[in-house]
Amino acid sequence: MSLETHEHHHEPGCGCGCQGDQPNPFEELEPVLDHYAAIPGSLITVLQKAQELYGFLSIELMRYIAIETHTSIAKVYGVATFYTQFRFEPVGKYLIMLCQGTACHVNGSKQVEEAVMDYLNIKEGETTPDGLFTLNNVACLGCCSLSPVMMINDDTYGQLTKDKVTHILAELKETAGNDAIESITQEVTA
Amino acid sequence: MKIIIGAGSCGIAAGAHKVQTAFEAIIAEKGLDLAVEQTGCIGTCYLEPIVDVVNDGGKKITFVNVTTDDTRRIIEDYVLGENELKELQISESDITMIGKQKRIVLRNSGLIDPERIEDYLAVDGYLAAKKCLTEMTSEEIIDTIKVAGLKGRGGAGFPTWFKWDAAKNSPGTTKYMVCNADEGDPGAFMDRSVLESDPHALIEGMLIGAKAIGANEGIIYVRAEYPLAIIRLQNAIDQAREKGFLGDNIFETGFDFDLRIKAGAGAFVCGEETALIASLEGERGMPRLKPPFPAQKGYWNKPTNINNVETFANVPWIFRNGGDAYAALGTAESKGTKVFALTGKIKKGGLVEIPMGLTLHDVIFDIGGGIKQDKAFKAVQMGGPSGGCIPASLLDTQIDYAEITKTGAIMGSGGMVVMDETTCMVDMARFFLDFTCKESCGKCTYCRVGTTRMLEILNRITQGEGSDGDIELLEELCYKIKDGSLCGLGQTAPNPVLTTIKYFRNEYEDHIYHHKCTAKSCKPLLTYTIDAEKCVGCGACKKNCPVDAITGEKKKVHEIDQDICIKCGKCFSVCKFDSVIID
Ligand SMILES: Cc1cc2nc3c(=O)[nH]c(=O)nc-3n(C[C@H](O)[C@H](O)[C@H](O)COP(=O)(O)O)c2cc1C
Ligand code: SF4
Ligand code: SF4
Ligand code: FES
Repeated sequence: MSLETHEHHHEPGCGCGCQGDQPNPFEELEPVLDHYAAIPGSLITVLQKAQELYGFLSIELMRYIAIETHTSIAKVYGVATFYTQFRFEPVGKYLIMLCQGTACHVNGSKQVEEAVMDYLNIKEGETTPDGLFTLNNVACLGCCSLSPVMMINDDTYGQLTKDKVTHILAELKETAGNDAIESITQEVTA
Repeated sequence: MKIIIGAGSCGIAAGAHKVQTAFEAIIAEKGLDLAVEQTGCIGTCYLEPIVDVVNDGGKKITFVNVTTDDTRRIIEDYVLGENELKELQISESDITMIGKQKRIVLRNSGLIDPERIEDYLAVDGYLAAKKCLTEMTSEEIIDTIKVAGLKGRGGAGFPTWFKWDAAKNSPGTTKYMVCNADEGDPGAFMDRSVLESDPHALIEGMLIGAKAIGANEGIIYVRAEYPLAIIRLQNAIDQAREKGFLGDNIFETGFDFDLRIKAGAGAFVCGEETALIASLEGERGMPRLKPPFPAQKGYWNKPTNINNVETFANVPWIFRNGGDAYAALGTAESKGTKVFALTGKIKKGGLVEIPMGLTLHDVIFDIGGGIKQDKAFKAVQMGGPSGGCIPASLLDTQIDYAEITKTGAIMGSGGMVVMDETTCMVDMARFFLDFTCKESCGKCTYCRVGTTRMLEILNRITQGEGSDGDIELLEELCYKIKDGSLCGLGQTAPNPVLTTIKYFRNEYEDHIYHHKCTAKSCKPLLTYTIDAEKCVGCGACKKNCPVDAITGEKKKVHEIDQDICIKCGKCFSVCKFDSVIID
């Protein structure tokens, strides 16, 4: 991160968390803000890009967006909380989006959810203590003919059963474990 | 010769990418001169991954449910050998199932590569737009749509020509053409399939509509859960712009039109027109009172026309084949075709497009192959959270806007969720109320608080704590919510409850008065016992019971203490000898 200070002019305690003289923690968002400044009605898009960059919308981040877009923090918070896509807490490495749409419900998504909750010991909306998995329910991923369906990050899994879902999660856990070992070994050898 | 792989979201979820990689590896290994291409979704999702092998003479053989192991056989035995691999090929009955359909909206789905505009042009793409822009006036375009009798496919079924005419006649020079690709009904994916499989059909339809109403700017509002659709659509827009079908002076006519995508952020209510407009403007997606209608004051208060994806996808076909040809299909009041997403307890789930006027029985049994495991059909849900459940006694109902409405359900956007004897109708009602209650924007008290109260009652009933008068209380709330809500969400939220009370009142009564769930779906109403005849005393249930409700010595019959049992169902799922009985 560069040592450039904030573009906007603030004093310590201005509310955006910048202290006026510190490096901007949200520097990567600047090009996005610049691009959309000229396009009215872009608040949702800006929030989506911000979430893409930082994984979730922290209060500091929303405050920063409010100041930069010359809107009130209440407006930003109001819009963000209206839409289920926005998250206000960090998510795990694997975001499980479990479909609870009609087709999936009829074909047993509740049992799948129970299996996930049992296996990971978390409830909907929670993240495992090791930061690996977050469980979110969603309404229809559009693959209803393969129901019950879930998406983990960018991959879709269909025709789930209790056994299948625990198997998938176990595999991901293992991959994550191997990745961690690999990165440690790399660090050690480097 | 080339290999074409179905790569819609459903195909990919079923393993299309893995199959593609496997083919590419074998082709490289053998040094073959064989192209691997992709296409969208043909609609027979239960057969995915689907692979077409097309020889140089154009002969096509379709292999279904292809696994990575099958890929080597297809190359070695079929492509390089003489074996036709009949056992991997699509069956005759599946071909007849596709043959019973009438494909207008899905005319290119699963046949062309959605990422190549050349493929769309090769099937006469953009010719309809050219005709409309170069040879027809706005009035003539709208008239053709009127002759066709096209109604909006987003749910309400409002005549499309009427909306276009209103937007055209609205004063002002800045107008907008908006496509509603929010596809909020959970359990429906017709629009996703069009966006992923034939995005240019939507773009062409919007271009024609834009010319008709005089709009120079268009926006497609796509739901956030459809990442692949957004990528393919953006790609298609870029290609269309490059070819001059979007941008300035299209077909040298002086008409300008450009398009952009706006990704939704997950709110069912944003499918409602005025909420969608608020969302486009970056606000909370709260509906507002109509009038003024969007045709008068829409996006940034300018005249705006909003149509559904499927509505637009019909438009190019109508101009190539004539309004009369479209109107020749269907019933007196409902013209053309309708796409349905057939899901739930159905054997052959997927997308089907049929002429209006067929019966529900035709669709579910003749095309969809009937109920999984040949269980008894109980009901079909149409219209999602705004619709209702249609029982077996009304299976002869025609697919027609008015006929479906008579049942208490609605045509809706095309979700058709089939339910069998194991689906509890009270639980279905609870499921939809849970959905609408969460999705209510909160503006109207009846919608916000009313749905919450209804959900509480339904929760009680499905937990075995229902009481006398609950059904009547539900009905009263239903009518109050219908009257006291501003937008379609609240006005239709009671429909799933009203239709299930109307057709399955006995199930409500069983839950309330007899503490019984005949579908054996509401867990708190079930009792778990062990069949002494069958129990071998393996002890699996005892080990897995979370509350130690099971007693019994090894190799002796086990028993469940009903006072301790919390009805979690663990013992049932772990018993390998089917000795746990649910009642
Ligand atoms: C709560 C609610 C949700 C809706 N969701 C959708 C939707 O997801 N997709 C859609 O096309 N129409 C939806 N509609 C209907 C639209 O408001 C509108 O009628 C439709 O987009 C108009 O297009 P059409 O005339 O082509 O059908 C919804 C309506 C309501 C009240
Ligand atoms: S009916 Fe419900 S969703 Fe519609 S405006 Fe009122 S509160 Fe909002
Ligand atoms: S249903 Fe659950 S609580 Fe009851 S006996 Fe079986 S395992 Fe134990
Ligand atoms: S209902 Fe689960 S994918 Fe549609």
